[in-house]
Amino acid sequence: MARYLSVVEEPYRATVEEQDDTAVWFTHALRNAGAEVTLLLCGDAVNYAVPGQDARGLRFGAREVRTAPEIDRDVIALIGRGAAVYVVAEDLVERGLPEGGLIPEVQRVSRGDLARLFADHDRVLHW
Amino acid sequence: MARYLLIESGGPWESGTTAGFYRLAQDLAGQGHEVTVYLVQNGVLAARAGAREVGLADVAAHARVFADDFSLRERGIAVRDLRASILPAGIEAVADMLADGVRAIWH
Amino acid sequence: MATVTIGLMDPPYESANTVTGFRIIDAALRKGHHVNVFLYEGAVALGFAEQKPHANPVKGKSVEEFDHPNPKDWVHALFELAATRGVELDWVNCGLCVDERGVDKQVEGARRGSPADFWKLAEAADGLLFIPTR
Repeated sequence: MARYLSVVEEPYRATVEEQDDTAVWFTHALRNAGAEVTLLLCGDAVNYAVPGQDARGLRFGAREVRTAPEIDRDVIALIGRGAAVYVVAEDLVERGLPEGGLIPEVQRVSRGDLARLFADHDRVLHW
Repeated sequence: MARYLLIESGGPWESGTTAGFYRLAQDLAGQGHEVTVYLVQNGVLAARAGAREVGLADVAAHARVFADDFSLRERGIAVRDLRASILPAGIEAVADMLADGVRAIWH
Repeated sequence: MATVTIGLMDPPYESANTVTGFRIIDAALRKGHHVNVFLYEGAVALGFAEQKPHANPVKGKSVEEFDHPNPKDWVHALFELAATRGVELDWVNCGLCVDERGVDKQVEGARRGSPADFWKLAEAADGLLFIPTR
């Protein structure tokens, strides 16, 4: 069975319409199906490791958006299903994300170690 | 060691992510993997000799770099205009590598 | 003869990725390989059967003169190519993506699936390429 690496670089793309990040969702669906998956958050997507994201409260005319995405909780749930989740350390620093302020089980990887992480997986879905 | 096909579809001047993808190609090659980079769509813009350098020369020193022939023609880039280290290739090369089990990553 | 699995995400008329994806699929079929295609998100509209060509008033061309392509015709042509080469083309749309976009009327040969099907197609393939959207 192959090991899959899902690399997410662009966050918040259509997430309100979809109520999910569709790359994170797809990765979770693969895990549920039995695949061995790892999620790598890089670039702006490292922000997905920040707890307390809140996309509630939108309304278009009289139509409320009732179910907002909860991507931080989705990342936690994916970890709970046994998937490893990594963030690129330098991308956190560039974006001023605090060292101690992330979802606790998210692991850091440096840019210099990315090739090794890629090589540890048989298939890569680079979103 | 594995064989990699890294397909770059964007030019390197728009965002830093293409430079990061070039770096991945170099790092994988540095680890001893066999790496081919296939430039396609706007990715071939970096293949012009004289284009501002953002890391492709370093990639070409460590990996095979191809530029998609249709993407070149679509953008009026003649083969003679390419950097010496980059060769034109048809999309069949991608199909061949996929069929051969090369690990493919699109950016 | 090998098996190649391709994932596509872009809807029609939005990205150069679509044509490149189709070129790879076409090349792989011509080489005699089996090809699985998993369509995710907007890409499920590529095979939507009710696409229609249009004229080009800016260029003064009628529908016939402009000869505007609809990707559904390319999908149909890829199925025909597979048949003439005696290889399989499996065109699998993410069902939830089809539902939310209302594009359930698809070209003949397309079928409905899920990410679990993508996983099976990926596991069964010699090579996998996933082309994301931006």
